[in-house]
Amino acid sequence: MVEHYLSLLVRSIFVENMALAFFLGMCSFLACSKKVENAFGLGLAVTFVLTITVPINYLVYNYLMAPGAMVWIHPSLAEVDISFLYFLSFIGVIAAMVQIVEMILDKYVPKLYAALGIFLPLIAVNCAILGASLFMVERGYGLSESVVYGFGSGVGWAIAITALAGIRERMRYSHVPAGLRGLGIAFVLTGLMALGFMAFSGIQL
Amino acid sequence: MKLTRQEKEALRDPLFDNNPIALQVLGICSALAVTTNMATALVMSMAVVFVTAGSSTVVSFLRNNIPPNIRIIVQLSIIASFVILTDQILKAYLFDISKQLSVFVGLIITNCIVMGRAEAYAMQNGPWLSFLDGVGNALGYTIVLVAVGFFRELFGAGSLFGFTILRPVTEGGWYEPNGLMLLAPSAFFLIGVFIWILRVWKPEQVEES
Repeated sequence: MVEHYLSLLVRSIFVENMALAFFLGMCSFLACSKKVENAFGLGLAVTFVLTITVPINYLVYNYLMAPGAMVWIHPSLAEVDISFLYFLSFIGVIAAMVQIVEMILDKYVPKLYAALGIFLPLIAVNCAILGASLFMVERGYGLSESVVYGFGSGVGWAIAITALAGIRERMRYSHVPAGLRGLGIAFVLTGLMALGFMAFSGIQL
Repeated sequence: MKLTRQEKEALRDPLFDNNPIALQVLGICSALAVTTNMATALVMSMAVVFVTAGSSTVVSFLRNNIPPNIRIIVQLSIIASFVILTDQILKAYLFDISKQLSVFVGLIITNCIVMGRAEAYAMQNGPWLSFLDGVGNALGYTIVLVAVGFFRELFGAGSLFGFTILRPVTEGGWYEPNGLMLLAPSAFFLIGVFIWILRVWKPEQVEES
């Protein structure tokens, strides 16, 4: 049993890395990776929000939206299927959760709040967050699996953005052709990192 | 119908001078994953054109009635409604392609181009201009997607839109398909090269290091 979760964790961190295998969260991945410090903060915030929102979206989908999911309210609701609304409700849950997390952190852990501050609102529109929830539905994960999957995807994303920021800091000393400077070379770097991460793809656990 | 100068600018500017992907770093996520062949790239682009134009217009109509502190959630719900519409249409008429696009249709909601145009342009300008701006930006996105999809399908599989152009060795032809082109990283390299070419052509876009 433990092995199953461990393999899911390793798979979501390395083999199916959100950023480098599925290109999710690329906008902030490229825009906020100029400094290691900021990149790490953003990675932390993403991990935090992912671990919370994936299981919550699991509950919302399986107890409110999926075909016949509302039987527990009243037997007559067995025919109801509102799963086509799940984009709308997922994004609502994510936006609301980000807001709540922001307020809780502000009240109880002001230090972490100050560190994450500007990044938290950005996360609501990070595709990695919504993407993880959509993958959770598509692959039919259970509740505990979705906790592990959310956490693993977050960690994988954080590792990728921190690594890219580290490389970009070193790139400042390199001579890059004028047209490739900045965004262009960041794309090529990400491509090379993605190639590196493909080495994990054969791993069977 | 004649367009005024301002209207033309709203439509044409985002194509090369202010391309959402190459210059504004918006909407990259989906640009990479759906470009392994031309058909998905084109369908995805059409979906984005529809959603961006539609949501920009609606946001612009409502711009004086949206309370500023909840504007993000209002914009998100408008965008999400358009995406649900697109998703249902694709599922009904283009089921195969909709399966290939999998979660990426849903991810148009968080495509920063849509959100960015609603926030930066539609909140300040009238519906007609916002509509043109939305179409223009989505077309800028289309250009990059189709360019990347063209090279990936041509060199990766030797075909375009599923029709064989360069007959691969496996079917008795001469072309040895480049497997890298079908893999994820090639999209990064191609967009990197696209940006490079664009900036050699338009040197004012070069970043200071």
